[in-house]
Amino acid sequence: MTAIYKRELRSYFSSMIAYIFIAFVLAFIGIFFMIYNLSSGYPRFSYSLSALMLIFVFAVPILTMKSMAEDRKNKTDQMLLTAPVTVTSIVLGKFLAMLTVFVIPLVISCLCPLIIATFGTAQIGSDYASIFSFICMGAMLVAIGMFVSSTTENQIISAVVTMAIMLVMYLWDSLVSLIPQTAMPSMIGMLVIVVLVALVIYSMSKNAMAAMIFAFVGMAGVLVLYFVNASAYIGLLPSILSAFSISHIVSNFTIYNVFDFGGLFFYLSVAVLFIFLTVQSVQKRRWS
Amino acid sequence: MIEVRDLVKQYGDHTAVDHLSFTIETGQIYGFLGPNGAGKSTTMNIMTGYLSPTSGEVIINGHSILEEPELAKQNIGYLPELPPLYMDMTVKEYLTFAAQLKHIPKAEQEAAIAEVVELARLKEVYHRLVANLSKGYKQRVGVAQAILGFPEVIILDEPTVGLDPSQIIETRELIHKLSDGHTVIISSHILSEIQAICDHVLIIHKGQLVANGTPEELERQLADTSMELVFKSDDPNAIRALLRSFPEVERIRVNDPVNGEISAKAKLTQGADIREQMFRACAAKDVPLLMMHASTMSLEDIFLKLTQTNERRPRKRRAAASAPADADTAEQTPDAADAPAEKEAEQ
Repeated sequence: MTAIYKRELRSYFSSMIAYIFIAFVLAFIGIFFMIYNLSSGYPRFSYSLSALMLIFVFAVPILTMKSMAEDRKNKTDQMLLTAPVTVTSIVLGKFLAMLTVFVIPLVISCLCPLIIATFGTAQIGSDYASIFSFICMGAMLVAIGMFVSSTTENQIISAVVTMAIMLVMYLWDSLVSLIPQTAMPSMIGMLVIVVLVALVIYSMSKNAMAAMIFAFVGMAGVLVLYFVNASAYIGLLPSILSAFSISHIVSNFTIYNVFDFGGLFFYLSVAVLFIFLTVQSVQKRRWS
Repeated sequence: MIEVRDLVKQYGDHTAVDHLSFTIETGQIYGFLGPNGAGKSTTMNIMTGYLSPTSGEVIINGHSILEEPELAKQNIGYLPELPPLYMDMTVKEYLTFAAQLKHIPKAEQEAAIAEVVELARLKEVYHRLVANLSKGYKQRVGVAQAILGFPEVIILDEPTVGLDPSQIIETRELIHKLSDGHTVIISSHILSEIQAICDHVLIIHKGQLVANGTPEELERQLADTSMELVFKSDDPNAIRALLRSFPEVERIRVNDPVNGEISAKAKLTQGADIREQMFRACAAKDVPLLMMHASTMSLEDIFLKLTQTNERRPRKRRAAASAPADADTAEQTPDAADAPAEKEAEQ
């Protein structure tokens, strides 16, 4: 794992990607810091970071696009996969290398609260907590980007798809607010979710019977509940979906000064899920 | 020692490897021979754990590549068809990375790298970027990576492709040097190369093992023994009867008489020699024998015979069947039917 980590990290710095990423993120952190803290004299650096997620929507796909796709395209994955190392350690090595590059601009931004502190009262604790929350968010975004990269050998497709996914995550709250609060749309939404889960079951197990049974039982359950007690569906889908809101976690840290443990747990569990999915995606390619 | 048992690999409907089984003993050079698309690379990719078989297993020094991949891969050095090189590294960095991947202890890494650099003659490019090397050097860096740490089994997929003649000879010498104490498996579609280096030949065709043995054994076992004859006669039936009277004759082809001469070809059982009997039989029947020639096959002929018969025969038959239909509207159908078959064979 350390061999792959070192190689990947070096390749990020020899191919300019790391410099571009770091410069891009630092430039925007600098602009926000300048506007909110230095010009307007607002003492909380964490507030300046509240718009950072939008920057990551564009920057992280650049960082992750080549992670798995390039190896596959250049056939260097043959060297890694025939070496006596596990797929998990290959994936983890790459993930940690990207996370290291991701963390660098945030570590540099740790200077900003200190600059504020030299001129007045800085809220150092909440500022560093916000920076830490963005590192955890980075773990999640990098893992998602890496998974997308592992499904293709084209880096452009990888970047565009990752960007689209992250844009949806960024706009999640506005998208969820478009769903009507009445019972009928929620019921239809639940049916769609049941069908999607059934399709996942089918694609993973290739067992049409199990997927069909799941789909029918699930749909019957949803429909029976709708006819027995339709009011249970009122606002159900929006409230389920808004649990996945990321801007909610971001504003907890950056605006409301709340250390959101649940949010960090969400970031890290999504990261673990996508690292696991990346391993599966690499393994699956060997079988097809 | 490597055991390959009943290996099958399917890509959708296409069967790339079809129930392949063989055993590879330590300390010899094995050659995988087969036309393009025969399944050589797929087999090697499965043996090294890059691909997973649809069914069957590969056991390397007692470790299954599927169940104990790390232990099995520890014994293998692999050069794939396209050397897996990182273009943004120097040769030194790349080989150090390979040594770390192979878990060579830190203290021994430098010596191990120096040794393969010496063997693969990479000294003059040691500090250069891989991206800037010529194809021959890239190939040699790939070989160096495969033999680094001297694993017991070294698998090289077409190691001499793209090299100039002197580099090919160097690579052959290198492979010879490796063969003491190591098992080397190389693949090629070039027969002379396999014949020059290998102790043992496995001929693969359409994913199946069609021949397995030393080059001499193959020549002895598989060579067709056949005779070409010319008789002075006007009666093909009499000639047929004469040839069929020998139990050694398996198949005959008798042409129609031309200027009172009949030429014929007879395929004999393996290794049979009936020239003297033939002379006496002709004399007894009073049929003048104008020419008699016994022919044997070289390894090249055997290779062609094993790998082409399956393809050519159906095509000839199809062509013959379609000949009368050509006059009709169905002129293009046989071509259309041929095309996908050819494509499939090339994959």
